[in-house]
Amino acid sequence: MSDDVGPLEPVNDDVGPPEPVIDARGLRCPAPVIALAAAARQTTGVITVWWTDPAAEYDIPAWARMRGHEVLGTEPLRSEESNETADDAPTRGAPYATRVRITSP
Amino acid sequence: MADARVFLDAGGRAPVHPAARQAYAAALADGWADPRRLYTEARQARALLDAAREVLAEALGARPDEVRLTPNHTAGLHAAVLSAGRARHRAGRRVVASAVERAALLAAASQLGGDVVFVGVDDAARVDLDAWRTAIGPDVAVAALQHANGEVGTLQPVDEAWEAAHGAGVPLLVDAGASVGHVALGVPWDLLAADPGDWGGPAGIGVVAVRTRVRTAQVGPEDADPWAPGGPSVPAAVGAAAALQAVLAERADHDQRRRSLVDRIRATVPRTVPDVQVVGDPHDRLPHVVTFSCLYVDGEALVTELDRRGFAVGSGSACASTELRPSHVLAAMGVLTHGNVRLALPTTVTEDDVDRFLAELPDAVATVRRMIGAEGL
Repeated sequence: MSDDVGPLEPVNDDVGPPEPVIDARGLRCPAPVIALAAAARQTTGVITVWWTDPAAEYDIPAWARMRGHEVLGTEPLRSEESNETADDAPTRGAPYATRVRITSP
Repeated sequence: MADARVFLDAGGRAPVHPAARQAYAAALADGWADPRRLYTEARQARALLDAAREVLAEALGARPDEVRLTPNHTAGLHAAVLSAGRARHRAGRRVVASAVERAALLAAASQLGGDVVFVGVDDAARVDLDAWRTAIGPDVAVAALQHANGEVGTLQPVDEAWEAAHGAGVPLLVDAGASVGHVALGVPWDLLAADPGDWGGPAGIGVVAVRTRVRTAQVGPEDADPWAPGGPSVPAAVGAAAALQAVLAERADHDQRRRSLVDRIRATVPRTVPDVQVVGDPHDRLPHVVTFSCLYVDGEALVTELDRRGFAVGSGSACASTELRPSHVLAAMGVLTHGNVRLALPTTVTEDDVDRFLAELPDAVATVRRMIGAEGL
């Protein structure tokens, strides 16, 4: 697992304001995509979405293709970033973070 | 007057064909005895069972002694994978299968004790033949490729896949559970599984044909009929054969009518419903299956809303499944998995059924989007 490797790194290496993060952990399909779509209406640039629903793995990229946005990557969410506690994880499945570049308003 | 129900979810469990109903009732009257016993009543049941086997064999392009009857399609797939796979344990335990095979087949493959190599598909669910040829080798116990995908309708390149498997000495199991009765078979196979429930036969029977040249091993406890321990249901076998004969005789008509109704659905839904993805191959497909996914829609809520309005439809969405995982077929295709509606038109479908469905769908989708707070996204 990638959480074993190295110290905590900043999510965003670019200068400027931090990227918005949508916390969709615990939400079931299609709620994570709806939360992301609502955020995408207010922002351009990169949005990170945290999710646990298994359908989000497929539906976030499918939504991005339909809307002309670009998925930059998906990684397991490190617990240090999210303040996830051990008690949360088993009930919801492993959390992931997906970064999406919003390329159209 | 309340409108009659419209049933559009015939995949794997179609309304029973009148010919099957009649044959089933007749076989209950004349074929109730145990066909393995030695007296007149038993011989009568045996004759009915043999006749059903002959009809099924002819329709599948098999010899009667190549046809096995099983308790249902799922049990047939389990037995086909395990018995063909175990017979080649010395060659290997690996199974090569397309990523969009039926879950029952993949579940059986994982029981053989080796890897299961999932061969990827394109966005229409058609298997990647280059990857298939790379995955096939002499150490593969059994390979499996469906004739057509029952969730999205796409036909698979079975000829080419069989050539590759045959060249390496690997038996190919063709799951024709979604296609027999609907399209001409016309593809090579070593083992073939077919589903009477899908073509209008009664529940409680499955069919597996095994070419004489293919070795199989006994799986499960010793029984006179290891493919259907205790023996298959004679009335169900008779009903399955009668239904298949009937639908094959009517096939040209059903094909043309249902194909044009699916074309109408494929053309209309993207015009009348915003943010919808119609998936599966538009041409090289089953005549009666069509699937689409609606963005920002909960699949379970949409199935329920359509049911309230009189329409029975299927869904591959996670929220509509008991395991809360999306359809592995939609996932492998890389298409939207939520808000999915899966239609399999029964042979009895009418133009009016489809027009009423198309008239109701836009408002049903809008209603579900409103409930979930997804308007205007």
